[in-house]
Amino acid sequence: MALNKDIVQRWHNSQVVLIGGSAGSFKPIFRAVKNFTDSLNKSVIIVIHRKKNFFSEIEKLFAENSRMLLKEISDKDVIRNNTVYIAPANYHVLIESEKVFSLDVSDAVWYSKPSIDVTFESAADVYGSQCTAILLSGANQDGAEGLLKLKTAGALTIVQDPDEADMAEMPLSAIHLGAARYILSNDEIFELLKI
Amino acid sequence: MDDANPYGNITTPQLLELIDLVKRVHGFDFSQYTKASLKRRLARIMQFKKLSFYDLKHVLVNDQQIFQDFLEEITVNVTEMFRDPSFYKSLNNHVLPYLSSYQHIKIWSAGCSSGEEVYSLAILLKEANLRQKSFIYGTDINTEVLKEARMGIYSLRKIKTYAENYSFTGLPGTITDHFTIMYDAASIHSEYKQNTLFSVHNLISDTVFNEFQLISCRNVFIYFESELQERILELFYKSLCPLGFLCLGSKEAIRSDFFRKRFKVIDQKENIYQKIGT
Repeated sequence: MALNKDIVQRWHNSQVVLIGGSAGSFKPIFRAVKNFTDSLNKSVIIVIHRKKNFFSEIEKLFAENSRMLLKEISDKDVIRNNTVYIAPANYHVLIESEKVFSLDVSDAVWYSKPSIDVTFESAADVYGSQCTAILLSGANQDGAEGLLKLKTAGALTIVQDPDEADMAEMPLSAIHLGAARYILSNDEIFELLKI
Repeated sequence: MDDANPYGNITTPQLLELIDLVKRVHGFDFSQYTKASLKRRLARIMQFKKLSFYDLKHVLVNDQQIFQDFLEEITVNVTEMFRDPSFYKSLNNHVLPYLSSYQHIKIWSAGCSSGEEVYSLAILLKEANLRQKSFIYGTDINTEVLKEARMGIYSLRKIKTYAENYSFTGLPGTITDHFTIMYDAASIHSEYKQNTLFSVHNLISDTVFNEFQLISCRNVFIYFESELQERILELFYKSLCPLGFLCLGSKEAIRSDFFRKRFKVIDQKENIYQKIGT
């Protein structure tokens, strides 16, 4: 199996890797975090739906298994290379043109806060084509609109093959909206992340 | 460009134009609000009301009600009682014992929106037997949300969420002990409205109005650019008594060296600080 030239080129052109997922996405995201080398030369931003008041052990677990620096996002954090950022529970994460994060507590989108749409849309505004975005398993439509905006901006937008997703609705919504530049199997996604 | 979303796009120059317009016509200065958030709020208004950018400019100048709606949307008014229960736990453990030594305790909840934080603090103080000697000021730039705050009536649907927060604070009983339930709403007991004052204050343009033992301003700084955050930190610093406490949201640390030297960290996770120096 080989990834096509276009994918590889867009990947190399990316400054940030955005990963969004909901129900059923924990395992692939965990595997992704473990896979990244410390010489990726990109920033990684992860938005997973999570419950508020749920003091999750995700950060700890991820940090222990990541070769990159891993951080839960705080307001006005500067976006740096070779760092994995995780959206905090109960906040939306936006990206400012100065490449810093700003947080937002406004209403949930698709019952979700953090919302994948919110971060993806704002990344499209700031990074345009220099993004790789991967949308994984989930049981609602969050992320599809944002992924479409990224694709329109020229970004590499990838959707997990719905047949391989624990919950197909999220990847399917993005595909139906025409937001996926590529639909990749899990193995292809992880091959890409290792380049 | 984006057919599925005809009203939802706004460019940065358009955003700046609108900020300038609102400042000139209504006197509200949003120039140092975070741009990504403003863009998103404006896109939402345009979508809801089916307005083009041109229409939006027009109604903002000519329709006072739309401007109120605009203000409400821009100044995100999402709040909860006992939001981040661990914050209230920390206040109880680390701050209230210190405050109890004062004759009078003056507290400022800045950006209080519909008042949930003010009443949460009032309940916390009551349970610590400090309510009688404390006074809480809740301020916001939005007069409409302050009306809600003064009423202290919240829908039962919201109270359900607040009850869950309350259960994590370690306070005795349940949140409904502090409310009178009426049909589909809950009204805060009137005792919590005593020694409480809600009034308009604009963090961007208004100045020091009292001296406080505790200032809480959570989930407000996230909407401001760093320079404006600094200016408001200065305002808070001047408004605190020596060794007074400042509470920011758990994701809003003091970043500048200048103010990090002037505040001691009381709780790193909850971003509770104490004023040091003079």
